[in-house]
Amino acid sequence: MKKIIENLGYKFILYEVEYQRKNLTFVTVDKENTVQLLAYLRDYEGFKHFVLMTAVDWIEDGLFQITYILNNPKKKIDLAIRTKILREKAKMTTAHHLWNQVATYQRELKEMFGIDFPGSPRVNESFILEGWDNIPPMRRDFDTKKYAEETYFPRLGRGTNDPSEYMKQKLYPNE
Amino acid sequence: MKETENKDKFLHEENKKREVTAPDGSIIQIDPMQDYFCDARPQVQEPYKIKIVEKFLNWARSESIWILGFGTGCGSIEIPPLVTPRFDMFRYGVQMRPTPRQSNAFIISGYLSVKTLKRVIRSYEQMQSPKYVLALGSCTINGGMYWDSYNTINRLDQYMPVDVYIAGCMPRPEALLAGFMKLKELIKAGKAEKANEYIENLDWYKANQKKIIKDWNMPDYNW
Repeated sequence: MKKIIENLGYKFILYEVEYQRKNLTFVTVDKENTVQLLAYLRDYEGFKHFVLMTAVDWIEDGLFQITYILNNPKKKIDLAIRTKILREKAKMTTAHHLWNQVATYQRELKEMFGIDFPGSPRVNESFILEGWDNIPPMRRDFDTKKYAEETYFPRLGRGTNDPSEYMKQKLYPNE
Repeated sequence: MKETENKDKFLHEENKKREVTAPDGSIIQIDPMQDYFCDARPQVQEPYKIKIVEKFLNWARSESIWILGFGTGCGSIEIPPLVTPRFDMFRYGVQMRPTPRQSNAFIISGYLSVKTLKRVIRSYEQMQSPKYVLALGSCTINGGMYWDSYNTINRLDQYMPVDVYIAGCMPRPEALLAGFMKLKELIKAGKAEKANEYIENLDWYKANQKKIIKDWNMPDYNW
């Protein structure tokens, strides 16, 4: 694992390297190099399997963190590539040409976080939320509880009675 | 006006108003939402006037509950065991059917997202009366663990009428069988008239449904 990261260091600028486990490492790179790095890892380092792609909302820093996790089926190791993009008008280079399934992940991220991937197939079609007209629900400034209460007719909680109080009121209502 | 604009926005390409060339060469206007679907309001099904006949019919209905094979949430995993010899729902006259037209009971099995609710409403309205709804799990009662979710409904009875609630998270197959027994009791007593209730309060139900299904690109009534 360390050898792979060392090799990567000669070719790309790696900001942070975090050895999480023996078979899992997180690497942070900048936005412009990410897709190149993914292509390099796929073609030359044997990370052929694309595991997942997800985003984290760092609202305090005004950033989105996108994580790609790749798997090397021969060496049985995972490598996660992190990149940070601006939260305002979030836009990221598409990687659907490397693995077909990336397009679906990007479509989901567009809907849930509002991160745009220009050129990705069907990225503007609705995925799960059909006809959603609010801000994307996975952004942290979206108040889920408030939205649910306003929209979905919440049922009031069950009333409870303290037995001693209840019996007191029933037997001695005047005291 | 605003509503119709919204409707056109979400309409599928094949359902939009357009001009087509007929086989004889003439150009005609078609509006699939008007031409392909019936827009007459459904009628309430009155009980049979002779009491003993109605009673007999109710007995017959209670002995053949055919459920629609539509699992909406995690609860649908409780239905397959009912078909196995261990629980064996066939002995009660309950069986699975693949299409809405052949079935008369709908099990809402667990949480309902807005996307699924749209399909559920279409399926429910295509079922033939008399039809019954069993709501399985606490998600259909008060939202369950998804009570504050952005995309999951909290109370099913705001969107469609429910005959029997089966509480639990998840209810065991035995609880489901108990629910069927309860439904049978209700049918035999002539109290399972929720399909008529839906038709009587159709406008209220439709308003609630349209409040959350924002891309309403189907006909208002689907039967």
